[in-house]
Amino acid sequence: MSTEKYQVLSGPEGYLPPAAALMGIVLPARGEALVEGSPVARAEAMEKAAEKLLSAQNPYFFPGPLILWDWKEGVAEKARAVGEMARAAGAGIIPMPDYRPKYPMINPAVEINPNHPNLTIWHNKIDVCVFVGVHCHYANVALKIIRGGTGCYTIALCAEAGHEDAMITFRDMGLAELKQMTEVLIRKKGELQQ
Amino acid sequence: MIEQKITDPASIFSREGRSKLFITGSEAVREAIKRANVDMAIAYPITPQSESMHLVGDIYAEGYLKDYFRGENEFAVMSAVAGASMGGVRVFTATGGPGTLRAFEMFSTWAGSRLPIVCAFLTRGVNSPLTIQPDTIEMAYLLDTGMIMLHAENAQDLYDMLLKAFVVAEKTEVHIPVGVFADGFFVTHTRDYVEVAAAEFKLPPYNPYSAPVPVMDMENVPIRQMRDPFVMKSNFVSYATHASWQQEVMAAAERARPYIHRYLDGLLEVETPGADILIVASGTAVSQSREARAMAAAEGTEVGLVKIKCLRPFPAAEIQQITRNCKAVIVPEFNRVGWLCREIKAVVENNGKVIGAPRVFGGMTMPPELILDQIRRCKA
Repeated sequence: MSTEKYQVLSGPEGYLPPAAALMGIVLPARGEALVEGSPVARAEAMEKAAEKLLSAQNPYFFPGPLILWDWKEGVAEKARAVGEMARAAGAGIIPMPDYRPKYPMINPAVEINPNHPNLTIWHNKIDVCVFVGVHCHYANVALKIIRGGTGCYTIALCAEAGHEDAMITFRDMGLAELKQMTEVLIRKKGELQQ
Repeated sequence: MIEQKITDPASIFSREGRSKLFITGSEAVREAIKRANVDMAIAYPITPQSESMHLVGDIYAEGYLKDYFRGENEFAVMSAVAGASMGGVRVFTATGGPGTLRAFEMFSTWAGSRLPIVCAFLTRGVNSPLTIQPDTIEMAYLLDTGMIMLHAENAQDLYDMLLKAFVVAEKTEVHIPVGVFADGFFVTHTRDYVEVAAAEFKLPPYNPYSAPVPVMDMENVPIRQMRDPFVMKSNFVSYATHASWQQEVMAAAERARPYIHRYLDGLLEVETPGADILIVASGTAVSQSREARAMAAAEGTEVGLVKIKCLRPFPAAEIQQITRNCKAVIVPEFNRVGWLCREIKAVVENNGKVIGAPRVFGGMTMPPELILDQIRRCKA
């Protein structure tokens, strides 16, 4: 067995990639994020995520049920903030409205499903994606499948403890943090245009 | 309902300001649940667990729980508990021995559904042949269900572990069941001093809306998102999803480690780690080992003791490190198969030095002299 530190990199990693948590990757502490499995300050990870999004050929946001439904106070504001972020990143939006597998075949042009997220990524040739508002279990299930079968770079904007299986993961992403990420994107985009 | 003040878990877990009760392990279960802010408990009697859930019924009658009922059998109870947990309430149950086996399918279902159920397993022998006496064999079967497994040495551990189990289980990134195990009769039916927090305080409530899976709330969005129909399909997509799902359940247990360190002061405790002879045990075998260790010390032999508190996740790295330089590892157990010995052998370097003895079962006690005999053999 390799003694090298496991890195959470874009794939395709193989037939059945491991859960990063079982390879020694530990969720970030408060105020931190993970970049490819290593802890960094949240601000530094925002810079890295913005670079990835702005240099992507075809970035997409995958908002999940936690922000697609106006189910509790504050959610609508967060959803608007995510929309602004996607626009700032020049990214498309494909929703993950629920978690039921779509059989016999999902329509990958218009939706994504955690049980077969690779189909949507392959169909739309997505090279960088952002998970936001997806329940943590389903995000982790999907992130491993994406790492296994696609070359897509994954970013998770988690409102809870984060996702080791994403290449960049944030934790405790509230409204203020989402807006901060958008500001970083706008500033970075300005720098690139100069 | 009884009025109790919600307080920070750390203050309930603190040893400061506790009062000392002389109670049985079953009564320690009652005292823990009284302070755990449990919404609902569901019971089905089986010796030696019956008294503990009876006592939980008593505190329901006193107003400490919102709901309590008796199911028609253990499988029904564990299924109903799953439904309650999916609905977003904090739920508790207990079983043991043949009751555990009767309900078995549900334990991996709990873990696979990411349900933070806390269950006390008050262990006894199973039907090989029929016995109601102490034995830990059911723990062998439960090692790979996906749940976190804590093993109490005594009634104090049982009280503390039950309360802490809710807090660990309900962390968003963990969110899997916790089984708190105690050796039936030896712990449940004997009296011991147990320090308990003031009963006017209780844990904060469970917040199901931070769960990693949707609450099965049929009144509010996001709703009606069933969790598992993919398993019925025969194609690569469903197989890959199922595999990723199982990995995620294992990852959830792994994420519990820092919380077990924080709340239980580690997955194990070590006394005299540098000794040539180490005893590694869990449950009441630790108490017997402690007696044997004192007897060996009286003979001039230094023996180390490793008390394993958490079996899942398993403290593999810790055990590997602690046993690296010792000459012998003695693993005493209350079951015939030696499941703990197998676990230890799998992680100890040069595992020929691991001795799976003494082993008693079927209700037999473990006199410390049996362990002392093993210590003397190691020394010879």
